[in-house]
Amino acid sequence: MTELAPIIAGLLVLVGSFFALVAVIGLWRLPDIYTRSHAASKTGTLGSGLVLIALAVHAGDAGTTSRALAGVVFFLLTAPIAAHLLARAAYAVGYPLSKDSVRDDLSNRP
Amino acid sequence: MGAAEFLDWSVQIALVILSLAFLGTVFKVIRGPTLPDRILALDMLVATAIGFIAAIGIKTGFTLYVDIAITLGLVGFLATVAFARFVLTRGRSENDGPSEDDDMTQDAVIMPDAAQFSEIGEAKKK
Repeated sequence: MTELAPIIAGLLVLVGSFFALVAVIGLWRLPDIYTRSHAASKTGTLGSGLVLIALAVHAGDAGTTSRALAGVVFFLLTAPIAAHLLARAAYAVGYPLSKDSVRDDLSNRP
Repeated sequence: MGAAEFLDWSVQIALVILSLAFLGTVFKVIRGPTLPDRILALDMLVATAIGFIAAIGIKTGFTLYVDIAITLGLVGFLATVAFARFVLTRGRSENDGPSEDDDMTQDAVIMPDAAQFSEIGEAKKK
């Protein structure tokens, strides 16, 4: 058991940092603000959340583990709200969708 | 290779990858091209910084870093909400962003369809 926890923590750290890199690649590659919001909010949250879970696994005492898990829950709650608010504000003031978008459900035009 | 040694190496590799992600996000903040892109990149910067702090917390063993990460998440959330509100009140400026992928209608440049978000439209009338 004492041998297993560092290995799990190491794998979680590696996978989390890989997801952070994927989020940045998505931020650069995707065409408009709405698709970039997907990459940044979902993948970025997953990356930092996995590294925080790794810290929770690695830390021996219950206080640190519970605080790290509370941080993960808090981050999972707030990141979608922030991304939604930003995308909604950008749409409300008229930032355009990419040319490759196939439908716009918020548009009132037929 | 022991388990502790594997953890050491994986934290080192993760710090390198997170540094690359951090740099890429910073350059995205600089490049833009629009204001919401920069705000989104700032939000992503906070997320990457939280991962960074957690990795350093594993590396050094200081458990105080968890509290710093949670506080940074709170500050980043509030900053993003405030910036979204700012985008809403500022509207879209003329020289904001590229015009080559501008395929919405051309008369929709400055504060166009605010009426379809009724509560937002009411907030703007004040």
